[in-house]
Amino acid sequence: MRVRRRPTFAWVGVVPFFLFAIAALGLPVGFLVIGSFQNADGDLTLQNFADLSTGTIPRAFLNSIEISLVTAVGGGFFGFLLAWAVIMGGLPSWIRSAVMTFSGVASNFAGVPLALAFVFTLGNLGLVTKFLFDTFGLSLRQDLGFTLYSKTGIEIVYFYFQFPLMVLIIAPALDGLRREWREASENLGASAFQYWRHVALPILTPSILGTMILLFGNSFGAQATAFQLTGGTIEIATIAIGRQIRGDVLHNPGLGYAMAMGMVVVMSVVITAYTWLQRRSERWLRS
Amino acid sequence: MSGGVQGLGRLGIMASWLKPRPGSEGHRRRRGSLVAWVILIAGVVYFLVPLVATFQFSLRPTPTTLAYTNVLNDPKFSGSLLYSFTVAIITIFASLAIIVPTAFWVRLKVPHLRTAVEFVTLMPFIIPAVILVFGVIRVYSAKPFVFTRTEFGSDALLVATYVVLSFPYMYRAVDTGLAAIDVRSLTEAAQSLGAGWPRIIVRVILPNLRTALLSGAFLTFAIVLGEYTIASFLARNDQFGVYLSLLGQNKAFEPAAVSLISFGLTWLAMIVIALIGRGSRVTVVGAR
Repeated sequence: MRVRRRPTFAWVGVVPFFLFAIAALGLPVGFLVIGSFQNADGDLTLQNFADLSTGTIPRAFLNSIEISLVTAVGGGFFGFLLAWAVIMGGLPSWIRSAVMTFSGVASNFAGVPLALAFVFTLGNLGLVTKFLFDTFGLSLRQDLGFTLYSKTGIEIVYFYFQFPLMVLIIAPALDGLRREWREASENLGASAFQYWRHVALPILTPSILGTMILLFGNSFGAQATAFQLTGGTIEIATIAIGRQIRGDVLHNPGLGYAMAMGMVVVMSVVITAYTWLQRRSERWLRS
Repeated sequence: MSGGVQGLGRLGIMASWLKPRPGSEGHRRRRGSLVAWVILIAGVVYFLVPLVATFQFSLRPTPTTLAYTNVLNDPKFSGSLLYSFTVAIITIFASLAIIVPTAFWVRLKVPHLRTAVEFVTLMPFIIPAVILVFGVIRVYSAKPFVFTRTEFGSDALLVATYVVLSFPYMYRAVDTGLAAIDVRSLTEAAQSLGAGWPRIIVRVILPNLRTALLSGAFLTFAIVLGEYTIASFLARNDQFGVYLSLLGQNKAFEPAAVSLISFGLTWLAMIVIALIGRGSRVTVVGAR
């Protein structure tokens, strides 16, 4: 006897979602994808991708990558230290709650107000700039060659949302380190250093690496903060794309779309790597 | 960590990490305290100095409260706040209207579409805001869909793009909320009492998701409020972030006051989320 399955229309329930996604996400991204393979006459071409190596585009990407790398590794390192300090450093437990809540705020405090806050701190008239000059006669610009409106300046500002993000994401991983593991290693005669070197760090490595990669993406896609800070004088990928949106400054729309695709490719690699590492770390940290 | 959000990435962390788990390291260690204090103090200095500087800057004019009274008397300030609040609220409701039925339906009827839905909701992590708005402007400023010519059309584009940005957080919040309740039994009970789908979602599912929805909503609120990139390319000069940026170019002390107010509003949103006690405070898209 053959049982015929009734045709189901259950999928209809998710149609509104996909329709919206196509309109607000699929079409715009699709437009960029197709445009990146077209020349000015609308013919199929790969020239746009070849042209990514021309003009200031490589510099924009390299600057973006450099800033992201520095803030991801630096933010990851110091963020880890801070998370370690509040979770395992023997500090009062209210400090932990305070730091975690503050991290939630700080990781969301970005863009225009963040850039402005640093202008008031390290800008030409900033509090710290003035303090150093009035107290020690030290001029950041003249004596140290430092200006906030530079790559280093952008990095210092980005740390403000990179640190706390690291703290938030790495905290559960640190929490996942079991007491038994340390006790076991101590019973076997391991020192604190040996415990970290051979037990804790290997378990945490996928989490740390994964989070740093996420921080990389977080800074790679940032636009508002850097733009507000430098007014576009530092060439980074998002700012170059912004100029292309305002007007076809590259004199080739397809090249602009190819740039956008370049960023999407970098982000895809970032997210894939993050996902993979996160899966690996979950094996240990699942309780 | 409750409930499984499988598939692409666990970008938000749902664990209640405020309290150390019993048996975890946090309970035990008392050594290394000094080093921990030094690290903590260094961190506190880095995070507080810019805030103190901004506050000090905002008090530089005479009388000291001048920057604040100027800002509060500026109709553009209240106008931009009102605009951003309105946009945030519409975004939240639009996002809920799309995500809640979808997540519910995926759990109940079409679990095999879960990966696809989840993949779409996570797209904002792969597509930076500046690129999303790039595509949106190119598609919706030319025939057949001309949206950018009118104020209303541009506002609609802004909300639609923000809804996309909210997807990762909304979907995760709602899905985690759904995992915590017995969706199937609740639905069947409601059905046997004669409720239709809209009634089930509004009267049965939504009330059970209250905390999850609130945390998703306030996170969205925080993202929308400070967002600059998308709004500025869509020429939405009333958006709070764009207003602050323009103010920063034209005035000396007022921007400091408004920056602090903006920080305060972010605090408020995050404290509400912390009080609700559930949900992620981790965001990686939006106002960077």
